[in-house]
Amino acid sequence: MAVKVMRRPELTFWEKLYLPQVLGGLKITSLHFFRNLTIHLAHSLGLLKHLQAAVTYQYPEVLRPLASRFRSRHRLTVREEGTPRCVGCMLCETVCPAKCITIVAGEHPDPGVEKYPVRFDIDLGICVYCGYCVEVCPEDAIRMDTGILDVAAYSRKAMQLDIHELMDPKLRKPVTDQNCHLKFPHQCELSGGHMKGDWEQVYGSAVPRSK
Amino acid sequence: MMEDLLIKLVLAGVVFFGALNLAGLHTWLERKQSAVMQDRIGANRADIMGFTMLGLFHPIADAVKMFTKEDIVPAGADRVLHTLAPFFSVFFALVAFAGIPFGDHVVWGDRVIDLQVADIDAALLYIFAMLSLGVYGVILAGFSSRNNYALLGGLRATAQMISYEIALGIAIIGVVLVYGTMDLQEIVRGQGTYLGGWIPFWGIVAQPVAFIVFMTAALAETKRTPFDLPEGESEIIGYFVEYSGMKFGMFFLADFLETILVACLTTTLFLGGWQVPYLMPDGFHFPWGTTLPISQWTYVLLGVASFSIKVLVFCWLFMQIRWTLPRFRYDQLMKLGWLGLFPISVANVLVTAVAIAFSGEVR
Repeated sequence: MAVKVMRRPELTFWEKLYLPQVLGGLKITSLHFFRNLTIHLAHSLGLLKHLQAAVTYQYPEVLRPLASRFRSRHRLTVREEGTPRCVGCMLCETVCPAKCITIVAGEHPDPGVEKYPVRFDIDLGICVYCGYCVEVCPEDAIRMDTGILDVAAYSRKAMQLDIHELMDPKLRKPVTDQNCHLKFPHQCELSGGHMKGDWEQVYGSAVPRSK
Repeated sequence: MMEDLLIKLVLAGVVFFGALNLAGLHTWLERKQSAVMQDRIGANRADIMGFTMLGLFHPIADAVKMFTKEDIVPAGADRVLHTLAPFFSVFFALVAFAGIPFGDHVVWGDRVIDLQVADIDAALLYIFAMLSLGVYGVILAGFSSRNNYALLGGLRATAQMISYEIALGIAIIGVVLVYGTMDLQEIVRGQGTYLGGWIPFWGIVAQPVAFIVFMTAALAETKRTPFDLPEGESEIIGYFVEYSGMKFGMFFLADFLETILVACLTTTLFLGGWQVPYLMPDGFHFPWGTTLPISQWTYVLLGVASFSIKVLVFCWLFMQIRWTLPRFRYDQLMKLGWLGLFPISVANVLVTAVAIAFSGEVR
């Protein structure tokens, strides 16, 4: 077996002096310091705004720009009359590798639509943000483009989104607005999980009837 | 007599106020400077009525936090020594400031006031004595905590401080030889001459090697990175593990005070203290012949300003070094102290002594 002799490079006298290296390090940090300080000062005078003095973002006030393909919190797209675009085909629920989507489909009065979700829940505590639900959806009914990243809650229950939050990304947990604005029949978590709503509120008297 | 006392009290108050506030500001400086040099923004959240003032309220928030935190003395620890240790640290760091001259003397009526709290003939010795006594705070903290890690941390700190004190002291001898006095005020006055009429004969010109050795040893003495093994903020447990609340804060304060003290000492010994280049008591005498007469008060104020600016620059430099260099290993530290700085400083003293003996320039 061949023996490999490791040769550790000896420090030269110049390196052993430390000082040149110390000064080299100081030069780098000082260049950063004075460059950033100058830009900070210029910023406070309203100058050089195109140069960044710090690479950090002041998070709650300033959000990082997100790439357009970034997968953030889900939302359900909405039709003109305020009903979800979802047709209750269950493809997303089927494809979901984390099994975090629960859909209860109901019959839609419009014969061209067939079904709609009476209930549509996503448990964000389980969701892996893979985006398969978005890819698989034939109706472009679910998207992950809300830009909401700070999904945090004090309980697992609060991590579960129901149809209200999914259709209106402005509604955030805990939902402070206790008034349900959805008019179509749905299982309303805001009013204790009862069925609520009526198609007549959506379409008026001209409800398209399947029969 | 009463007036003398009053004047001394005012001087002490000024130095006390300046040193303590600068130490408080150091916490802000540490955060902000490190942030700026690392392309960050730094602490900027503490606010009063919506004003953040570049994060300047953070030291106040720190103080409030420190004072309101629970003070824990470990079971089985020596209560008295445990309480006394941080006080020792801060006390000796503060008392040493008395020997620092921060300006030339002021003539006020028939009174000559030296801008120095204590006019000690051997101020240099006094300051070094106080710096050395600072070790007691550290070793007592480690010893009285009844914690093996703290004890080891204390021993580490003590060994380091004693080792570097030797290099520090010997580096100073060169300066003392050149200016022929131990009185800091006289050393500063001695730096008012000019080499060839142009270059101020400051300590850094006369003793460049001593300057480098002194600065390195001083960094180690104040337990700052790259020599912060005694504390090792998160990795190796330091001597103040068992301290909480303001007692811990006092160790921190003592640390910053020592940094400022060392900056003051470096300024006094090597950068001409309160000297402004080409400024004589009656005005500027430029080497090309022009003179610019100024009043006595302007002269004194310029001196104090010069001293303060130099100290601030050194504080900045120490901070910059602290955020640039990685930490030494303990054996490297001891090697650097005993096999590097110590022989260099001894050689420096010998060369200086021989040079002075042959040039016959003993003052």
